[in-house]
Amino acid sequence: MALLTMSGLKKSFGSIEVLRGIDLEINPSEVVGLVGDNGAGKSTLMKSITGVYSLDEGNIRFEDQNITSLAPGDRRARGIEMIYQDLALAPQQDIANNIFLGREPTKKLWGVLPSFVDKNKIDAEALSMIDRLGAQIPSIHVPVGRLSGGQQQTVAIARALTFDPKLVIMDEPTAALAVREVEGVLKLIDQMQNSGIAVILISHRLNDIFAACQRIVVLRRGSVIADLQQEATDMNEVVSYIVGAHG
Amino acid sequence: MLSRLHIRLESLIVLIVLSAIMAMLSPVFLSVNNLFNIILATATFGVLAIGATFVISSAGLDLSLGSVLGLSSVVGAALVVTLEWPWYFAIIGSLFAGTMAGAVNGFIVTRGLVPAFIVTLGMLGIARGLALIISGGRGIYGLPNEILFLGQARPLGVPTPVFILAIVAIISHYILAHTRFGHHTLALGDNEAAAKATGIDISRQRMLLYMLSGLMAGIAGLIFTARVNTGDPTAGLNYELLAITAAIIGGTNLFGGRGSILGTMIGALIMGVLQNGLNLLAVQAYYQQMAIGIVLIAAVWLDQVRDQRRS
Repeated sequence: MALLTMSGLKKSFGSIEVLRGIDLEINPSEVVGLVGDNGAGKSTLMKSITGVYSLDEGNIRFEDQNITSLAPGDRRARGIEMIYQDLALAPQQDIANNIFLGREPTKKLWGVLPSFVDKNKIDAEALSMIDRLGAQIPSIHVPVGRLSGGQQQTVAIARALTFDPKLVIMDEPTAALAVREVEGVLKLIDQMQNSGIAVILISHRLNDIFAACQRIVVLRRGSVIADLQQEATDMNEVVSYIVGAHG
Repeated sequence: MLSRLHIRLESLIVLIVLSAIMAMLSPVFLSVNNLFNIILATATFGVLAIGATFVISSAGLDLSLGSVLGLSSVVGAALVVTLEWPWYFAIIGSLFAGTMAGAVNGFIVTRGLVPAFIVTLGMLGIARGLALIISGGRGIYGLPNEILFLGQARPLGVPTPVFILAIVAIISHYILAHTRFGHHTLALGDNEAAAKATGIDISRQRMLLYMLSGLMAGIAGLIFTARVNTGDPTAGLNYELLAITAAIIGGTNLFGGRGSILGTMIGALIMGVLQNGLNLLAVQAYYQQMAIGIVLIAAVWLDQVRDQRRS
């Protein structure tokens, strides 16, 4: 059974129709590459899955439940995480608070007063997650805005992985990274798949797509125009779909 | 220690240096009575500054604070004096009027079509006008003793408004620094898109912040009424200038993402000492207004210079 099922998704911004009826299924622990030219609708489609955008038409089912009308927070709670291209970090807040943003664990102060953020727990768990990702970070209390691009990426990834997600969407995770860091991200995708997480990888770098994904979906002008198995295709074919030169 | 309490060392130094200068210039500055005068004067706009801190650290702005204070003052007094309702309606009425004005601000701001600057500037006019209409442009005198206690009594030798400020400040500090609501407030001010993406309901958050700001104006209005025994439609005129300045020199980032109530309390004390000192030195009130305006601009300027150096 599919983990995520999208049927007939439509979305317009003003008079521009960005998604024109998308049907797509994602299976558990599958790594799917999503490619397409600028403006093909990749980011809009992903933000519709996370709930940041609401759809005009169509519905989304996750683990066989309709999530179309759920808010972003409720979808995260069900196991859908996204690592945004701009990383969606709060630069003046520290690393630990960023990782737990929107999901801060609470405790009762002096056993009575409710909803106090358990900062000790946040710090400890954030630190262990950063360590697991093997990142070098000066202190868990540094404001995220003072970290390098690669370090910020790690914080964004840590946030996505801390709450046992079932589906992680990565929007251009390698675009701003050095070669060595790219390998780290690809290895991480491998690890995620092995632990049962499905991944949707958006990237302009077809090398990365071919290295990481078993399935490649091409989006063009708001429609899925190709859904290919990685072993049965090659870069030329994918490129010809992207630019609209195929068949 | 200071950073754990979210206080900036610089603002503490400014407060101490400024106090030292005033003490040297005026022999009565350090007298117990005068120190109480300072905190008593600080109490009213200090509560407003707490409201300003919440809203500004979420990258919002509330220019209506002073006017809403005046409206709250009049509503509370009108219920009890004019309509002769029981004394506690002065409290309920003031807090309710402030919260409702904040709710109107929040409602319009969260629709996303009018910026907070304009919404709250409009409310500045609306609330002041409403206060003048309700009171017929005159102060409403003669509140019951229970209310006067909140402004004029000195339990344990300390003026009641000082207790009120302290309690409100401590609760607010814990809310902003240690609760999910506080974390979400700072995250919203820091990066709205990130706050939304992580599942924070940003409309609800904004709505609550403006209501909280209005509630603070209501509390300040109540303190004002009780201190002067009057529901005064002109109460709190220009207090938004004091409140916002106190928040900024206390370390609140004008563009959101950083703010601390204890820092704001230091900021409010700096403004209180400055006003009081200038009074003792018999400097004309007109110059005081100028001094506050200069401090506000200088504080933001220095903050920006610091941020630029860091990045």
